[in-house]
Amino acid sequence: MTDRAPLQPAVLCRGLHKRYGDVVAVAGLDLEVRAGECFGLLGPNGAGKTTTIEILEGLLEPDAGDVEVLGMRWGADDRALRQRLGIQLQETQLQEKLRVEEIVRLFRSFYERGPSVSEVLEMVELEPKRRSYVGKLSGGQKQRLAVACALVNEPDLLFLDEPTTGLDPQSRRHLWSLLEAYRRRGGTILLTTHYMDEAETLCNRVAIVDHGRLIALGSPRELIASLEREAPPRPQSAVPSATLEDVFVAHTGRHLRDD
Amino acid sequence: MTRRERPTHPLIELTLARVLEFVREPEAVFWVVVFPLALALALGIAFRTKADEPVYAGVIDGAGASEIRTALTSAPGITVRVVARDRADAALRDGAVQVVVLPGSPPTYRYDATRPESRLARLAVDAALQRAAGRADVFTAGQQRLDVIGARYIDWLIPGLLGMNIMGTGMWSIGFSVVYARARKVLKRLAATPMARRDYLLAQMLARLVFLAVEAGGLLGFAALVFSVPVRGSLITLTVLLLVGASAFSGLGLLVASRPRTTEVASGWMNFVMLPMWVVSGVFFSSALFPEATQPLIHALPLTALNDALRAVMLDGASAAAIGHELAILGGWGVVSFGVALKVFRWR
Repeated sequence: MTDRAPLQPAVLCRGLHKRYGDVVAVAGLDLEVRAGECFGLLGPNGAGKTTTIEILEGLLEPDAGDVEVLGMRWGADDRALRQRLGIQLQETQLQEKLRVEEIVRLFRSFYERGPSVSEVLEMVELEPKRRSYVGKLSGGQKQRLAVACALVNEPDLLFLDEPTTGLDPQSRRHLWSLLEAYRRRGGTILLTTHYMDEAETLCNRVAIVDHGRLIALGSPRELIASLEREAPPRPQSAVPSATLEDVFVAHTGRHLRDD
Repeated sequence: MTRRERPTHPLIELTLARVLEFVREPEAVFWVVVFPLALALALGIAFRTKADEPVYAGVIDGAGASEIRTALTSAPGITVRVVARDRADAALRDGAVQVVVLPGSPPTYRYDATRPESRLARLAVDAALQRAAGRADVFTAGQQRLDVIGARYIDWLIPGLLGMNIMGTGMWSIGFSVVYARARKVLKRLAATPMARRDYLLAQMLARLVFLAVEAGGLLGFAALVFSVPVRGSLITLTVLLLVGASAFSGLGLLVASRPRTTEVASGWMNFVMLPMWVVSGVFFSSALFPEATQPLIHALPLTALNDALRAVMLDGASAAAIGHELAILGGWGVVSFGVALKVFRWR
């Protein structure tokens, strides 16, 4: 990781807007991700999380708003910026007929600097599977491979879009420890998730978004504390204190989001 | 953490990835390598230079039929089949007989003027019957049969099949793999890396050229062994032509694949682009058969250029300079379609 002024934010966006036809996906979002932190973007389905993260990743153009990533702007020096980012997308299905090590070698070839293929495979504990075809991997292994592809350049900033959706508890915890290790090496993470326990475990700060707007921001502990002040947990509740999930439901409502 | 310079150029890794993906797909290998050989064999056998095929003449039963049968049977090259009156037209239609003789004085020939073999059978039957009725030949002409290597139909056909293959596999293999990668969001993931987008498209073309060696080598070797189809021009000229031709169709394949999100849509466009060329570009029959006014258009098509140039090099031993015009047409198609594909390419 390159040394830089500790106070420069890793991500800074102001007044982000994006609409698809009649649907407003992002409606004036301001975010700041500090260098070295793990920042969680929470929100129900259709809240605009993926649109937001893809704008920050430079894959989508916002209709309006200002985006600064690692002190650089999209459209000016994209390739230099991409050299320093690690990205995992929600729906990528990597080439099934390639072996694990071939995929990592391919992604490694796009970057000027970074660990060797073996080091990356050790990092995500896929070393024993290096000769396996991608199509033969389990869901958890595929996700670790996706993270491996995002770590091949030892990025300064890692974007993860629902990294543990659909994984079993062992795979989730495994991925968490992987991300903790990355952060201990000095990396910054911006992730989206549906899992409140994941946000509580991994994130220093979380932003709850709904309808493309920011509705709550703070550390998981701060958010829980503020909810407990406003609405103390019911005395008969089996759970002794509020959880981040209670905060989430209090902010985004109880109705189902099936879109 | 060790920091090293990038291990290999991304273009090489991308090409390698594509080649590996391809060879690990046994069905793809079948369609690119085995199927064209099987097609060439089948067509070669169907159109091989045959000993004189007899003409099949039907004779309708009735008064005078047996005299006509005797006359036709004793003539060389005519096989006689008796047909019932009400089955005559069906027998003609189905090709069981090529001409039907209605006995009478004089006899009547019933035949299908739209079929060359039917017209031929009418002439053969007429000659045999006239001769049996006492007409004498004024002279006997000398005969020269065209079964010289390089002048047979199979010699003309094989370069056309090769051209058609280069078009088909170039477009299908590139088109499908690109659209499939787009549908599975691999393209989007690649676009999120610092990979030069040009490298991805170039890698598809390069991988295609790797398969070309197997495909063209296989077909030409097979045609030389089984049908003695010659390659009279220099192998270097032929190689250059094949590379330029394959690049042209890879470029077209990339262009067709540059936007569609599903393989169904892509295959519709593929057929739209390729079908006219199958018909007019001289694969099975000469493109000279089409009206004069359409010739400039037909000759601007990449498959026409490739087929003409392949025939010139293989059969007439043309030099690289002699096929310069065709090479320029193919190169133009390749460069323009690659450029447009890169410009309009959909990465998400």
